[in-house]
Amino acid sequence: MAVTALPTVEDDRAAAARRPARGRAARLQRSTSWLLAIVSTIIGLLMLLPIIWMVFTAFKPEADIVSYPPTLWPRELTLDHFIDVWNRIPFARLYINTIIFAGGVTVISLLFDSMAAYALARLPFKGRGVVFVGILLLLMLPFQVTLIPLYDMLNGMGLTNTLPGLIIPRMTNAFGIFFLTQFFLSLPKDLEEAARVDGASEWRIYSGIIMPLAKPALLTLGLFHFQYNWNDLLWPLVMSSEVQTSTLPAGLALFMGQHVVEYGLLMAGSLLALLPVIVFFLLIQKSFVAGIATTGLK
Amino acid sequence: MTTTIAVPPATGTSSAAPRRRLRASGRRALTAWLFLAPSLIILVAFTLYPMIQAVYLSFTDYNLIRAAEFVGLSNYVELFQSAPFWNAFTNTVVYALVVTPVTVILALLFAIMLNQAFHGRAFARTAIFLPFIVSLGIIAIAWAFLLDPNIGLLSYWLGFVGIVPEQGWLSDPRYAMGAVMLVGVWKNVGFYMVIYLAGLQSIPVDMYEAARLDGAGPWQRFRSITLPLLSNQTLLVMVLALIATLQAFDQIYVMTRGGPFFRTETLVMLIYREGFQELRFGYASAISFVLLIFVFILSMIQFGYLRRKQVTY
Repeated sequence: MAVTALPTVEDDRAAAARRPARGRAARLQRSTSWLLAIVSTIIGLLMLLPIIWMVFTAFKPEADIVSYPPTLWPRELTLDHFIDVWNRIPFARLYINTIIFAGGVTVISLLFDSMAAYALARLPFKGRGVVFVGILLLLMLPFQVTLIPLYDMLNGMGLTNTLPGLIIPRMTNAFGIFFLTQFFLSLPKDLEEAARVDGASEWRIYSGIIMPLAKPALLTLGLFHFQYNWNDLLWPLVMSSEVQTSTLPAGLALFMGQHVVEYGLLMAGSLLALLPVIVFFLLIQKSFVAGIATTGLK
Repeated sequence: MTTTIAVPPATGTSSAAPRRRLRASGRRALTAWLFLAPSLIILVAFTLYPMIQAVYLSFTDYNLIRAAEFVGLSNYVELFQSAPFWNAFTNTVVYALVVTPVTVILALLFAIMLNQAFHGRAFARTAIFLPFIVSLGIIAIAWAFLLDPNIGLLSYWLGFVGIVPEQGWLSDPRYAMGAVMLVGVWKNVGFYMVIYLAGLQSIPVDMYEAARLDGAGPWQRFRSITLPLLSNQTLLVMVLALIATLQAFDQIYVMTRGGPFFRTETLVMLIYREGFQELRFGYASAISFVLLIFVFILSMIQFGYLRRKQVTY
């Protein structure tokens, strides 16, 4: 745009002619922005409807839940379902299992993924290209294809219905290796070269220089891993036939399938199961969304 | 890339320097393999090997109780002649071809709307994105409840606009697929919106200014600036959405178990049923290869996109 040109008569006249139009434009803009605010709030609330419904139902007494017509707002509040859920389902067990499964996979996978990525990004060796392409190919496999042989294999090892069985195949992740390799390649090399000249071992460079620099990428990837495994249904469903060794999504789905549907209890359980991920997300929303937008994967 | 290990000056007659460099690079290679070892061992043992095993199983009649016997192509022959397979295949394709465009178009509309500056924008962005991070298997229970014909709120509300499936949303053969599709769209629209928002923010504002000065209206600006400059994002989002929809499972398992009358049984549901309920491991493996082919091709396209992502405007 042209800046600091002296105003001429022509400009003034043009501006005067535009003024009423601009006033109208401003009014129009104000009303569009109101309209946008209203429309987007309605869309937002509709998107949250299942979650809002879940929260309110969890606090409704049974009589209120089964009454017709259904209402969103609870007429009365109760904590019964939150007490029931611990007694009727081995909910504490499910919770602990899910924490161990999702947490264990996240920590171990971050370690192994980053080690592999360090080798691929920083240590020249013969066969690096082949390994990298191989990892990319594995990345493109749908998980469902290996599901049956994997189950069969772990079953043969006596690892079905155990937490190690759930965790071991996920201790590394092709996407994680790819993601961190890309990140490591973007890091400057000066520091580590200096350290290498000083005789530092590769392990020291990896753990002392690269890992601290990679904190934001590790945080993003860690969240991917945690959320993905916390939420996963199919894998724990296949691997554990008993609620005792299951995780929250599979355990709740099994409970829903086996009993007359008790929505109050299920909604209380669901709320408690979703809570950690939602709270986590709301806390680090910015970096999570930024990570997702830039990688566009997973 | 040349490695800068301090190389001693070549004094004397021996070729100590190259040899030492050779030894150093050998050491470096060994270190590299040590760093790679945990990941490679796990990937080979728990992804690559099962993958090869799946190929083998698909040519056998293995069923967990009986030892595997080689049956040649008969699983595949049975597959292509079986009504349940074609039913699941059709359901999956229909699901993918409805959910993908609906989700992508909604995501684009939401992104354009939420790229404007107004009060309450942050709330809407968070609310639309939130479904993407919660467990679909768990939130599907709330959806099933919302659509319950007797006590479900959404069922009741939809009754006001005249949509009343006779047997309830999830047990009416004509409506059940629509219900699981709705949940599929709901789950991922926020994710694709975020990708579109990132794309919108990278379009220079002066392009719009210039177009406005040239007298282009909002629709024209959208058609000739926004849409073409978002074509990269559109490709990525379409591929991601297709990959995700072809693997649809969670909400279907929870809400309908593939019913009523197998109307919502997708390929992954069929793999699960044949594999883990009928215990026909060989046959289920054969089904999984049909899925593999589709997903693999789509993933190649996605990877192609990622490689030429650094497109400048």
